[in-house]
Amino acid sequence: MYPVAFDYLEPRTLQEAVELLEKWGENASILAGGQSLIPLMKLRIARPRYLIDLNRIPGLSYIREQDGCVHIGALTRHVEIEESSVVREKIPIMQEAVRVLADGQVRNLGTIGGAIAQADPAGDWGPVILALNARIKCLGPKGGREMEAMDFFTFAYTTALQPDEVVTEIAIPAPSAPRLGTYVKLERVSGDFAIVSVAVQIDRDKDGICRDIGIGLGGADDRPIKAVPVEALLRGQKLSPKAIDIAARRIEEIASPISDLRGSQEYKKEVLKVIFRRALERVIERASPTTGGSR
Amino acid sequence: MLREINVKVNGKDYQVKVEPRTLLIHVLRDTLGLTGAHIGCVVGKCGACTVLWQGRQVKSCMVFAAQTAGTEIVTIEGLAEDGHLHPLQQAFWDTDAAECGYCTPGMIMAAYGFLLRNPHPSENEIKHAIAGNLCRCTGYRNIVEAIKKAAIELQGGKSHG
Ligand SMILES: Cc1cc2nc3c(=O)[nH]c(=O)nc-3n(C[C@H](O)[C@H](O)[C@H](O)COP(=O)(O)OP(=O)(O)OC[C@H]3O[C@@H](n4cnc5c(N)ncnc54)[C@H](O)[C@@H]3O)c2cc1C
Ligand code: FES
Ligand code: FES
Repeated sequence: MYPVAFDYLEPRTLQEAVELLEKWGENASILAGGQSLIPLMKLRIARPRYLIDLNRIPGLSYIREQDGCVHIGALTRHVEIEESSVVREKIPIMQEAVRVLADGQVRNLGTIGGAIAQADPAGDWGPVILALNARIKCLGPKGGREMEAMDFFTFAYTTALQPDEVVTEIAIPAPSAPRLGTYVKLERVSGDFAIVSVAVQIDRDKDGICRDIGIGLGGADDRPIKAVPVEALLRGQKLSPKAIDIAARRIEEIASPISDLRGSQEYKKEVLKVIFRRALERVIERASPTTGGSR
Repeated sequence: MLREINVKVNGKDYQVKVEPRTLLIHVLRDTLGLTGAHIGCVVGKCGACTVLWQGRQVKSCMVFAAQTAGTEIVTIEGLAEDGHLHPLQQAFWDTDAAECGYCTPGMIMAAYGFLLRNPHPSENEIKHAIAGNLCRCTGYRNIVEAIKKAAIELQGGKSHG
């Protein structure tokens, strides 16, 4: 199977990559892990004339903790997040998510930067970074800039990136209660994209009042979304069964899923409610003293 | 435009001319004559084309050959040594883990890459590790058994080599 012919370019620095993007504009594509782009090129849905491979640029793959944030380089492979002790300790929700993302071979090549640039409405990293209030750093000909994850996803497979910008890093504020997060994904078969998915990260005080909450939804709209109204509803509340009921109903209201092969809009709305409830119940269970308490 | 690349495959150095759009699987099969890695779907969904690249299992239909310039690849042909099957191959044979055999090279390479990093896997971890590989014949049971058996063997469990 052969894509349309292209020129293969191997910049050695980010600066050089940006210059190439600026020069070739819409005719060029960045190649990261290739696990979304290569199949699209083979199907000739994507037809770049110039392929700019980031993989020969040193220093784009890292996971480090600094100033209360975990910084993840754009070219960091899914598997590196899976195996990272920093992630295990500081943001275990990411490890929960990566284990259900694609399959072993795809995780060995696919990158977090590529996955968010791809902006699949049913991808796994979208909801997680939205729940965690991550910031996305990118570089273009005019220099670097940062965006909130919420402003990054603009439509299905579409982001706020300019055609000549490269994602360089995802910076994630380390949650104050690392264990109180979970990612629940409903999928047809293991390794498939989500039908719907929910990422929840909470913080609570000793009386069980929800001090803060982040909620990201996958498969719930034409893009990964942050459930801002539901976060506002639950902040400062005790996560009682009644509060969860009201929140789940609100989730259904704000969701506007696309009907596709994975399910109709009605079906997705219904299961989203169920998965959301499951996610909240799971973090509450983790927070309860009998299961080890919150840390 | 053709470009010349150097790759090491199964310990042997090759110099090949490739078009940038040529997938690794096509170079392995058509240029180097290594037909062990199979083509099932060519869109990343079946795992039949799995090989080891830079120490990790990948689907060779999801990589351009040009990307592999200066790196090392191991295919199913690289596992047996001096005419002796690798413990994984032997275990697949012993437990009837292959029927038509189409998925087998990909299954074995996926398991090989996995065991390199997880030498003591649980049954669930093994199942998780082959989630990217489809088999239309066996029902997977014997494949999981074979990988379990090979893991023990590779740990020196029963006999040494
Ligand atoms: C069989 C299979 C199953 C999968 N299942 C899942 C799943 O369950 N969940 C999930 O979330 N994903 C899944 N994926 C997708 C996988 O996560 C990909 O790795 C990811 O979507 C793309 O990352 P990549 O590094 O491979 O990017 P590439 O394919 O290299 O690039 C994807 C797009 O992003 C652009 N891009 C890449 N990097 C950058 C950058 N740094 N700056 C700007 N633009 C960039 C490219 O130009 C391209 O348009 C699956 C893929 C396959 C093949
Ligand atoms: S042929 Fe490569 S995954 Fe199917
Ligand atoms: S043995 Fe026939 S596909 Fe697996």
